[in-house]
Amino acid sequence: MNRAVLVFGGLLLVALPLSLLAGRVWLDPASTPNASLILAELRLPRALLAIVIGAGLGAGGAAMQGYLRNPLADPGLFGIAPGAALGAVAALWFGYAASPWLLPAFALIGAGGAMALLAAIAGRTGGIALFTLAGLMVASLAGALTALAISMAPNAFAMSEIVMWLNGALTDRSWREVWLAAPLVGLGVILLWRSGRSLDALTLGEPVARSLGIDPQRLLWLLIVGIGLTVGASVAVAGIIGFVGLIVPHLVRPLTDSRPSQLVVPSALAGALLVLVADSVVRILPLVTELRLGIALSLLGAPFFLWLLLRMRRGLA
Amino acid sequence: MKLAAHGLTIAKRLSEVSLQLEPGSITAICGPNGAGKSTLLEALAGLLAPVEGTVALDGISVQIMAPRERAQLLGYLPQAHEIAWDVPVRSLVELGRMPHGDSLAGPVDAALDALDIAHLAQRRAQSLSGGETARVLLARVLAGEPRWILADEPLAALDIAHQLALLRHLRRAADKGAGIVLVLHDLAHAMNHADRVIVLDGGKLAADGACENALDPQVIERVWKVPVRWIGEPGHRALVGG
Repeated sequence: MNRAVLVFGGLLLVALPLSLLAGRVWLDPASTPNASLILAELRLPRALLAIVIGAGLGAGGAAMQGYLRNPLADPGLFGIAPGAALGAVAALWFGYAASPWLLPAFALIGAGGAMALLAAIAGRTGGIALFTLAGLMVASLAGALTALAISMAPNAFAMSEIVMWLNGALTDRSWREVWLAAPLVGLGVILLWRSGRSLDALTLGEPVARSLGIDPQRLLWLLIVGIGLTVGASVAVAGIIGFVGLIVPHLVRPLTDSRPSQLVVPSALAGALLVLVADSVVRILPLVTELRLGIALSLLGAPFFLWLLLRMRRGLA
Repeated sequence: MKLAAHGLTIAKRLSEVSLQLEPGSITAICGPNGAGKSTLLEALAGLLAPVEGTVALDGISVQIMAPRERAQLLGYLPQAHEIAWDVPVRSLVELGRMPHGDSLAGPVDAALDALDIAHLAQRRAQSLSGGETARVLLARVLAGEPRWILADEPLAALDIAHQLALLRHLRRAADKGAGIVLVLHDLAHAMNHADRVIVLDGGKLAADGACENALDPQVIERVWKVPVRWIGEPGHRALVGG
């Protein structure tokens, strides 16, 4: 077990009980009326859901940066999150969102469609450049179809619902979403963790990795399915929550020896911590309506991205 | 374990190259820029799918070998010195053990010692000089204890002392039975240190044989289009303009 696992695992253990108490109304288990009900039915599932999707997005980001050998990569760039969002938007467009399972099911179908498209275009050769371009193509196609759905929304209510949903949030989520996302994200994190040694070999470039016996096609499939499960399930239950996958590996890397295999599990923990803390903060902020989690993380993530770019430019200069 | 290519053709880069390489010796692949040297080396390492022809190890096509088995037998060092993350030197060298599924300290330490980089083991990759990086990457190949070492320009970033030390080390590996194939730009190194030289020109075999024959001034003038002559004693030759 490396140092990063201990640090982020420990912080997560501290943050979880605090987040259960935090909110517009701070909970005092001894005196707040119905405290146990609020905890069990509202705060605990929301906190666990934050942990689950944060873990998925963090591990996805670590694996993606390792695979593309680029510290600026984010799993959201590669079509699966926009594909899942498109599926969810379709459910909202057709008015299926009233049913508790249909929206996440549509989102998972969207993620699966994006994965299938990625695999069909890039899966046979296993090349990284083709995969990146295919991902960008799938992302822009899904984005265009989502924009089309918004512009042709059947009524103003559906349009506002779609736009609200696209800015991911954990408001009003229940155990149902936890049970849906947790197994999928768990399986996805395991697949990404298993790709770790192959990602280590990729540190020396694709030809060397192949000369070390890495099967590029198998690695690509592991990643497509792993990212599909983690990111697809996250979008299905919470909407688009960007930048977690980009930021988290950078928080983890200084505590490790920078090998991609050493980043996946700590990034899952750090992602869980980041989303849990961010979701607690948006609950506490004294605003008229709760700030959407997706917007909050983008407000945090965009300047972080800029800082990364500036740091890299200084490094190159 | 013989490494052989039969009628090897790689789209637009190699055409009908056939050769048979013996273990226990050093073979240099030479040729002008764009002659197909790196392509031939990559194909010998089983990393390029030929349009026609085969590359075989003791008669078994490297294309159909299990990737891990092939990786245990053929160690490949590309020309590009790419290290994506700032990882410790020792972890990089340990990657060489990946085909064996272990990170045995013995071969890793031996590789670090052989290239005189044991003192760098705990350093991070991005703090290394060009020459140190080149030695670390070659140590990664040696740590895998492959039967064949296929290296593209392994001397390019090294100073003369480390070039000669490396060539001595490769000679020792060859004496122990490993097959060594090097792409070399420096014809004098090929002449003085290889047992056999393969000259490529425009993707075709232009000469193949003992150094004195394959790097004869007439061959060099025909392939590189420059008049030259060799001076000095065998084993200590230098190339000068003709």
